Amino acid sequence: MKSLHVSTTINGDPVEFICDPDEPLLDVLRNRLHLTGAKEGCGTGDCGACSITLNGRLVCSCLVLGAEAQGAEISTIEGMADGEQLHPLQRAFIDGAAFQCGVCTPGILVAAKALLEKNASPSDEEVRYWLAGNLCRCTGYDKIIAAVQVAAAEMRGA
Amino acid sequence: MRYMTAQSAKAAAMALAEEPGKSRVLAGGTDLLVQMKAGNLAVDLVIDIKQIPGIRDITAEAGGFRIGAAVANSELREHAGVCKMWPGVVEAAGLIGSTQVQGRCTMAGNLCNGSPAGDAVPALVAADAQVRIEGPDGVRNVAVLDIPAGPGKTTLTKAEIVTSILLPARPARSGDAYLRFIPRTEMDIAVASAAVSLTLDAAGAVTAARVSLGAVAPKVLLVDAAAKAIIGTKLDDAALAALAMACEAACNPIDDKRGTIAFRTSTAGVLARRAAKIAYDRAQSAANDKGAK
Repeated sequence: MKSLHVSTTINGDPVEFICDPDEPLLDVLRNRLHLTGAKEGCGTGDCGACSITLNGRLVCSCLVLGAEAQGAEISTIEGMADGEQLHPLQRAFIDGAAFQCGVCTPGILVAAKALLEKNASPSDEEVRYWLAGNLCRCTGYDKIIAAVQVAAAEMRGA
Repeated sequence: MRYMTAQSAKAAAMALAEEPGKSRVLAGGTDLLVQMKAGNLAVDLVIDIKQIPGIRDITAEAGGFRIGAAVANSELREHAGVCKMWPGVVEAAGLIGSTQVQGRCTMAGNLCNGSPAGDAVPALVAADAQVRIEGPDGVRNVAVLDIPAGPGKTTLTKAEIVTSILLPARPARSGDAYLRFIPRTEMDIAVASAAVSLTLDAAGAVTAARVSLGAVAPKVLLVDAAAKAIIGTKLDDAALAALAMACEAACNPIDDKRGTIAFRTSTAGVLARRAAKIAYDRAQSAANDKGAK
């Protein structure tokens, strides 16, 4: 099939790539752009390990075609830290031991960041429901929720 | 597979008409990409409709709202006007998938995917929403109820696309609600669902109602007998019992790992009762908000 040429913006940088018409954005990010932070946990939009934001919206990159990135603004986990400075969520996850194997973690961080940008003071229940599309097999979620709340408090206070 | 972006509904319809192979419309893609990946769908042409002018807009129309077919449900939920007028439709659309899926999925896609359990559909039917369809020969407007044709099937012809859904105006003292049963807390497929939309008079009696059930038949159901059971009442116990019985009688579900026929049937009746009560409360609140007497 004929390849497509796509121009987009990723983490603030202009990016161009070639992809197949049926290639998911997740595969483009990982295999062509070597942005391997987003993970393929399921490939069907159920686990959230591939989470990114597209034009400010939290989405599964496995449910977006690379072609659909044309002209869009994409944010991935790779753009979360500010150079060497970790985002409060990243620090809270490290300090709070909110990950074990780490496969779900990029997706959860991207999703949690999107939540706190929309709602700076979520209840635990709101955090859980927002993160319902991010599955974790290791932690049992409790430390994840706690870390999100620690980061949220810091971001409100800062 | 080829991918194209349609710049107009007409162009999309023409491309669909001319494609000899298998074509699919792409808006949110949250069903399409999963089906493509599963391998049972060898698509030759994907037509991305998101660039069609107006197809991502929500506009006030005729006292109600016209919702472009490519409006993501996350966007729909942020629209104060739609949320206030049709909270049941918004909560139904908002139950689909996860936050990530909500960032892309659409009500039109939920409808056109043809799942008997699609969450947006019963609420749209209860709302008596109208679908605008564009084909090579022009535009037609059809009741949502007339779109599903069976599991995975719609009454749309090969070259037609949905361009928008119209939620009609509401009389004063109206409310709607949608409830579903799922085994998990979230991110699941409805085992049974019910949507109720109703209007009250000044005394609090139901003057008009539409009751729709999902996941309990090959297609969404509009249960006239259930509506009739509550019209003229204030949802007393007898009326609610009659509503539930009428709903159960209308059910024609399957037995599968999600639920048995008996469970789906009785649950549909329970959900219809609860949805009717919520819609009733919302109708009364709406009256109070407007200061209606």
